[in-house]
Amino acid sequence: MNIFFATAFYFAAAVITLGLGHKVFQYWSTPTPFRIPITPAPSTFPGVILRMMGEVFLFKSLFKANKWIWLLGWVFHASLVLVMLQHLVYFMQQPPIWIYQLQPYSQLAAYPLLISLGGLLLRRFMVDRVRYISSPSDFLMLFLLIAIASSGLLMLLVWPSNVYLIQQYFTGLLRLTINPLPDDLSLYLHLILVVILLLIFPFSKLLHAPGVFFSPTLNQADKTRQKQHQSSKPREPE
Amino acid sequence: MTNREYTVPQLFKNIETPKIQPDAMKLPGPFKSKSNHQQALGFPDALIDNWQQKAVDAMGQAVKESRGLRVFLDSCVKCGACTDKCHYYLGSADPKNMPVARQDLFRNVYRKYHTPAGRFLSKLGLDWLIGGQEMNQSVLDDWYNYYHQCSECRRCAVYCPYGIDTAEITMAARNIMSEIGVGQKYSNEVIGKVYKVGNNLGLPEAALRDTLEGLEEDIEEETGIFIKLPLDQVGADILLVTPSADFFAEPHVDGLIGYAKVLHESGISWTFSTRASEAANFALFIGNDESMRKIALRIREAAIDLGVKRIIFGECGHAWRVAYNYLETLAGPFDFLDTRFPMPQHICEFTHDLIQRNQLTLDPSRNDDKTVTFHDSCNVARASNMGGISGGQFSIPRDIIRATCHNYVDMAKDTTHESTFCCGGGGGLLTDDLMEVRVKGALPRMTALNNVVEAHGVTHMAAICAICKSQFSKILPVYGMDMDMIVSLHQLVSNAIVLTGQKTEKPESPLLP
Repeated sequence: MNIFFATAFYFAAAVITLGLGHKVFQYWSTPTPFRIPITPAPSTFPGVILRMMGEVFLFKSLFKANKWIWLLGWVFHASLVLVMLQHLVYFMQQPPIWIYQLQPYSQLAAYPLLISLGGLLLRRFMVDRVRYISSPSDFLMLFLLIAIASSGLLMLLVWPSNVYLIQQYFTGLLRLTINPLPDDLSLYLHLILVVILLLIFPFSKLLHAPGVFFSPTLNQADKTRQKQHQSSKPREPE
Repeated sequence: MTNREYTVPQLFKNIETPKIQPDAMKLPGPFKSKSNHQQALGFPDALIDNWQQKAVDAMGQAVKESRGLRVFLDSCVKCGACTDKCHYYLGSADPKNMPVARQDLFRNVYRKYHTPAGRFLSKLGLDWLIGGQEMNQSVLDDWYNYYHQCSECRRCAVYCPYGIDTAEITMAARNIMSEIGVGQKYSNEVIGKVYKVGNNLGLPEAALRDTLEGLEEDIEEETGIFIKLPLDQVGADILLVTPSADFFAEPHVDGLIGYAKVLHESGISWTFSTRASEAANFALFIGNDESMRKIALRIREAAIDLGVKRIIFGECGHAWRVAYNYLETLAGPFDFLDTRFPMPQHICEFTHDLIQRNQLTLDPSRNDDKTVTFHDSCNVARASNMGGISGGQFSIPRDIIRATCHNYVDMAKDTTHESTFCCGGGGGLLTDDLMEVRVKGALPRMTALNNVVEAHGVTHMAAICAICKSQFSKILPVYGMDMDMIVSLHQLVSNAIVLTGQKTEKPESPLLP
């Protein structure tokens, strides 16, 4: 199992790094033929940064659109960030003190994480419009996240795993050494699901994470009258 | 094809989100472009051989050329935020009119052929897992129908957490369809007329000159002042480019008289151009950059030929979007113009500026017979700006109305400003063969209007878009309202303006006691 997970994580890390790197490069290098910001839009670069921060941290457009989706979506992402920060301990020999200070909150965050995921899933079943636009993969994605969160919570509450060994295992992987992993089924389940998530990340709708930063309707400044927008498409001879 | 029986939606107090009714709007789509209209734009006459593969290839090419398209196709998480935002969905309940479902008609094909996951799952026969869709006749039928039930108004994009703009996907799909030989008659015919004659309506120079002379007489009769409406006046300072509907359609022409009065009062010389006798650029609607550039270049050439210093655009929504955001890229740089002025300028900016500097004598009491509301046109609201100040595209027209009318009321907040509802006829849908789509798509705007009519006694709705004006003239009576309710913004200016040297204090108006 030690070797299996080592292989799986090395492979997943390679896939997500190369996959996302390729996607980001692709977004970066694809031309923007015209200026298409959704107006009213900021006319300066700092303004664009502010707009983008409003979208990334506060989901401002979503807030305007639908308070339920906003609440569920925001709580999910915020809880996820808290939980993931906590997981940094597994990748550090000597984690900084703030991670430990955060620990009680991160552990509590598991509950809103699961509740919001449940809400999002319920929405997909209950609201006819959302059910209509959902593919099997949209449900599977939620099931996967719910399974990851549940198996994690299971380890926290029911079958605690040897946290020290897990930390040794992953910090070991970072130094290309394979240490023993505690043989807990819930841990195995948790890890294999995470590997799956990492593997599908660059090929799925999770691409919204890098995508939002490249969205021209959000990241372009409204300034065409000050500065000509150069189309990178070849121009016909005039 | 278009004479299907349908019921006009009922106006309720609130804009209701309907339960989905699959295939409620499964129609054949608008009339298809005949071979002559296709040829003028360099498109194939009719559906080409092996069109499925060509469409898939064209899709790959389109995505390679547009970061927006690429990001939009990858990023949607199907959250559902947009599902109740499209006026065509609200008016028709057809789920394929939900923006995300409209996008998915394109995205599902893209996924199957152009994404690693889609290609992989397709080989395993697992297309259904991610909704991968083969390009076939029924997809093409859906594309043709539902991409002509989108007015490219961008309302959905305002609410999307990733700024996904369905308009960009509609444009790409329409362009791909044109390229495989399935063009829309209305838009392609109009573009052909612009190439051939210079404007959407196909008005030749003689007719244009004649119309303008007639309008000069009308203005003189009304005010006692002769105002020249110059055409192709070499050496004028300003080139005024307006939608051709302004030359004779109602209520557009009253707006044009308003521009003429304002320009006359400014004392700055100006002219129309035969060559650029059209502000609209329908190539935006069909997503064809080559045609868009060709149409845009006429304006550049006219400006050079006439030796003007500035270019001002009349009241037209998407024309202003193209002018504001595309023109420099398509046909620039315009460094031969006087760089002290914004290029281009909107007639509302020009009028607003004169009002601010007290250079117009306005008598708002001449509009006292009206209680006015303002319809924010989608392309002005969500794809441009005015005045270089944040939200200027909302405040400047309203400032002008308040300076020319005593009675002004805004419609509900979620139906104005950047949340404005499309009139229902934009984006190349302003054709009689799409009447059912236009009627149903107008429901949210009609609801909001009806509410201010009942609550505040609103009598008129001003707009600054030729398409909105034409659409409302036709649709208002369908919803039991008077077609004359829709007015040009500059019609209000025209009514209120007291021309220098004008003798009669109040012009004859049958509406005043």
